[in-house]
Amino acid sequence: MELQSLYQEIILDHYKHPQGRGLRDPFAAEVHHVNPTCGDELTVRVTLEGDVVMDISYDGQGCSISQASASVLHEQLVGGTIAAGLSITDAFLALMQGRGTVEPDEEILGDAVAFAGVAKYPARVKCALLAWMAWKDAVSQAVERHTPEVTP
Amino acid sequence: MTAVHAPVTGLLDVERVAADFPILSRTVRGGNRLVYLDSGATSQKPSAVLDAERGFYTQHNAAVHRGAHLLAEEATDAYEAAREKIAALLGATARELVFTKNATEAINLVAYSFSNATAKAQFGRPLPAGAERFVLRPGDEIVVTEMEHHANLLPWQEVCDKTGAVLRWIGVDDSGRLDLDHPAHGLKAVLGERTRVVALTHQSNVMGTITPVRVVADAAHAVGALVVVDACQSVPHMPVDVSLLGADFLAFSGHKMLGPSGIGVLWGRYEILESMPPFLSGGSMIETVRMEGSTFAPPPQRFEAGVPMAAQAIGLGAAVDYLQSLESGDGSARGLAAVAAHEHALTGYALEALSEIPGVRVVGPTDNRERGSAVSFVVEGVHAHDVGQVLDDRGVEVRVGHHCAWPLHRRFGIAATTRATFYVYNGTRDIDDLASAVRAAQVFFRVA
Repeated sequence: MELQSLYQEIILDHYKHPQGRGLRDPFAAEVHHVNPTCGDELTVRVTLEGDVVMDISYDGQGCSISQASASVLHEQLVGGTIAAGLSITDAFLALMQGRGTVEPDEEILGDAVAFAGVAKYPARVKCALLAWMAWKDAVSQAVERHTPEVTP
Repeated sequence: MTAVHAPVTGLLDVERVAADFPILSRTVRGGNRLVYLDSGATSQKPSAVLDAERGFYTQHNAAVHRGAHLLAEEATDAYEAAREKIAALLGATARELVFTKNATEAINLVAYSFSNATAKAQFGRPLPAGAERFVLRPGDEIVVTEMEHHANLLPWQEVCDKTGAVLRWIGVDDSGRLDLDHPAHGLKAVLGERTRVVALTHQSNVMGTITPVRVVADAAHAVGALVVVDACQSVPHMPVDVSLLGADFLAFSGHKMLGPSGIGVLWGRYEILESMPPFLSGGSMIETVRMEGSTFAPPPQRFEAGVPMAAQAIGLGAAVDYLQSLESGDGSARGLAAVAAHEHALTGYALEALSEIPGVRVVGPTDNRERGSAVSFVVEGVHAHDVGQVLDDRGVEVRVGHHCAWPLHRRFGIAATTRATFYVYNGTRDIDDLASAVRAAQVFFRVA
């Protein structure tokens, strides 16, 4: 039974008790991402103050992996800097795309380390990444919008 | 769990059938027996089909309909013999049967006939006699149903976008049947004098619902529309006779009926095929070719540009032979009738087994009548992906998601379902394993 390695207790906890779920105002950018193979959907809003991530609010529906992943993302990234959030995202992306060969760094990933087992199930990697890709998209839109245009 | 089930009759001798499928003897995920319940997506292949393909490559391989050498003759004969065999299965003639790469391409072939004829007519370019019925004007209407697979929906949306035609659809009722009498989405409400095409599935790939094609086709013909039937889930599973169905076109895939991938079939009434402009163009679909312009071969060659998939066609022919050789365990039926009886019995057994699990709801008809063997369900409190993962962990391979029928899932207000589909190699033991795996998923996710 390899199920326990995929569905670690932390994942099931976040699924049953999601952190920061629900869409909140005001926000700097909002995106809606879907997983077209299964129909899972997630709306993500980011609120920034300078280079600090003040809030990531989200709502959607999907499997335990995709929803728990959004909850973990909220917990790990809110309150940190954008740069820190993006570097955690990069580490998470590398872990997910590593087919089980990447050793996760708990120092960087925190609870997100619990998703290490997902990397061995290629069909589920997209579920785990849904929230992270959405947040990355939202934050880049927000930053772009707030960067004053520079004329050469 | 100890409920006494009624005896299941009409089954094939499953052990004997399964022995013909090499893949079914492998194990999965830590030594589990493979319980393959995803034949609605693609079926497994018996040795007879694999041997036929290999036999073609090792003995007769050549480009069909080209060349005059011995191998070319043998290859062409084998390819055309497969066409005749498949046509006979449908009660059709060989010249009405076009080989495509899959059912999606077959439906697109018909859809493109409309947009291509419309485009050519706009510039006064040559079209076959009778092609007017494929020329659409803005405001013409194309009718589909809410239960279509994307393959019988998106091609029509595309035609609408290219021609200004309008898409309309017949609704689905709460039990998963076509809502033919609905005041807004019923047959009378949707069909009219602008209706040019009615495209519908013969059997829902999600709910198993068998649709009343004849009723819809008669109503469509009464307003002068052409009828396109997606038979992907019917031709592999039950006897289908095109002379009785009422359709003008029928599309299905080889890989869902024990055949190889890369081969699909479009059947069309000959005089209609004759009136269609080409779809893909190039070699072997021509009559004469000049730099100034070309003319085209009659059907079916007109629609088979390029060197065709001969080995796959021959493999599909072998699959048809295999299906026709099957016999009910009690000798009561043969061929596709025996397949239908087998699946009917399994479906009844599955519907009963799932109904005994609290928190499981079947989407679609729960009375085992006018329905095939696709059984989709939701497990309260557990997402379909998670159900599928627990099932997979126990060797039970099902499909999860929207099964390329997203609008149908929206209709029922659900994002995803778990779908089990049965075929000739499945038995009641597979359904017992399915049911106990569903219970295990409920325990794992703490909803039971």
